[in-house]
Amino acid sequence: MSRNFALIALAALLAATACGSGGDDTGKSLVARGTKNVDPATAATIGGTVMFEGTPPPSTTISMASDPGCGTTPVTSESILVDNGGLQNVFVYIKDDVGSEYAFAVPTEPVKLDQKGCHYIPHVVGVRAGQPLEVVNSDNTMHNVHGMPEANREFNTGQPVPGMKTPTTFTTPEVLIRFKCDVHSWMHAYVGVVAHPFFAVSGSGGKFELKGIPPGTYTIEAVHEKLGRQTQSVTLGDKDAKTITFTFKPAV
Amino acid sequence: MGVWHHRYAKLVTVCTVLLIAAGGMVTSTDSGLSVPDWPTTYGWNMFTFPVSKWVGGIRYEHSHRLIASTVGFLTIVLAGWTWWIETRPWVRKLAFAALGAVILQGLLGGLTVLFFLPPAISIGHAGLAQIFFCLTLTLALVTSPGWKSATAPVDDAMLRRVAMATTAIIYTQILVGATMRHTNAGLAIPDFPFAFGQLLPPVWNAKVAIHFAHRVGALVVTLAILATSSHVFYHHRGRRELVRPAFLLLMFLSMQVTLGAFVVWSRMDPVINTAHVVNGALVLGTSLVLTLRANAAAAQSFRRARSAAQGRPEGLRANAEARP
Repeated sequence: MSRNFALIALAALLAATACGSGGDDTGKSLVARGTKNVDPATAATIGGTVMFEGTPPPSTTISMASDPGCGTTPVTSESILVDNGGLQNVFVYIKDDVGSEYAFAVPTEPVKLDQKGCHYIPHVVGVRAGQPLEVVNSDNTMHNVHGMPEANREFNTGQPVPGMKTPTTFTTPEVLIRFKCDVHSWMHAYVGVVAHPFFAVSGSGGKFELKGIPPGTYTIEAVHEKLGRQTQSVTLGDKDAKTITFTFKPAV
Repeated sequence: MGVWHHRYAKLVTVCTVLLIAAGGMVTSTDSGLSVPDWPTTYGWNMFTFPVSKWVGGIRYEHSHRLIASTVGFLTIVLAGWTWWIETRPWVRKLAFAALGAVILQGLLGGLTVLFFLPPAISIGHAGLAQIFFCLTLTLALVTSPGWKSATAPVDDAMLRRVAMATTAIIYTQILVGATMRHTNAGLAIPDFPFAFGQLLPPVWNAKVAIHFAHRVGALVVTLAILATSSHVFYHHRGRRELVRPAFLLLMFLSMQVTLGAFVVWSRMDPVINTAHVVNGALVLGTSLVLTLRANAAAAQSFRRARSAAQGRPEGLRANAEARP
């Protein structure tokens, strides 16, 4: 009988291995592979605003009573943040494969995603494919860093000690990757991984800016964690400075 | 000694219900990955992990692991005790089947954490939990004085069939429910008793289909339980050992349907959600008891016939036979 159980356990292990292979970060990568450099003399700019149409949902304070280590500073939900009609925390980037023609050096300086007062700072952040991302625990409590990509490899790392840093690198562009702390169910962050430097996150008033873009025609995509995606086509001439507007509506 | 063995089997069964509740809270609070490592806990030995660090989701996941370890230990003792004291070979086998199930269950629990909760493993973990519960419950039942001293159990082929079918339907419904929970389809249909305000969902996708299947399953389970209970009340109203579980079955069923409705209305409140899971196990367990009692006569006849064919009295302990 014990032999049967051993066989069942082995079968379960094999099945689990097959099921749980996770994302593959060695797959088709869209990192920059061109050779041309962007000529600063002709580089163009896209500025704009992400607007929110309708009545924004009321700001809700998150109860953090389940962990006294989170502190007493009130934290409100950051999913839909509207400032003067502008929608914040929208990831805006050039969707096209700009890197097939141009070369863009990948920064070695890590992008920091902090956990402070049991919420992520910033809530949405961009990083280059191949650039390190460092998730820091600035709290006097425990966190787990659970990255949930689809094109890259999923991971879940514990941070039991305050001050711990979890470095990670995504090699495949992916917009957006959800980060979550399973210890504190309200903690979510979103990371946009892009193969080139033309991305931004909408800030106060919903404003964003993409600078140093080589002339050409591009698809600009704006991605919000709850309200979905929108695209616009923009043609840029030498030294152009175009302004575009995205408008998101509350989900029905 | 036999009475204490039976009481101990009942204790293991009760602890298993607590374990199912603890597991239900883990899923209901979405805490399954709050402890990212296994079998360690944030690098600590599971049993030395400081209580001061049981915060947020860790509280649910870690306590589930500790209760599971306790039930695992209790099951080892139960298997050993049963092997030592029990004269019926099939009961001894059953005890070791329970031990195997709890070991496999622990492995599935660990694997689902290490592989980030893949639905296939998590559903398997949920399904095996109910099987393990059924095994401990069966052990508690068949070691009871009432079961051992039953002289004229009910012999009704129709009751056997309908009770067995009901138990199988309930278990299938639990598996569908587990699939719904582990694929995040609990609110795929956000209203109840209607579906998007209609009798049938106007939009279909995988999650809506799973959710709707669980609702249809509830209807099928209700009909099956009504058929079984009615049969008992109509044909065996003098048999307390059947009437009692039939009543309980109806009571747990009505509680289960109510809890299911409140799961949707409360937007999946973790406590209500977990109560639905635990009560589902009680529906299954009660149906199993009724099924086993309905099959007692047939099982007795079978064992007597086999013992006669082998030329030995029923229930002789195997190792006693081997002694000179």
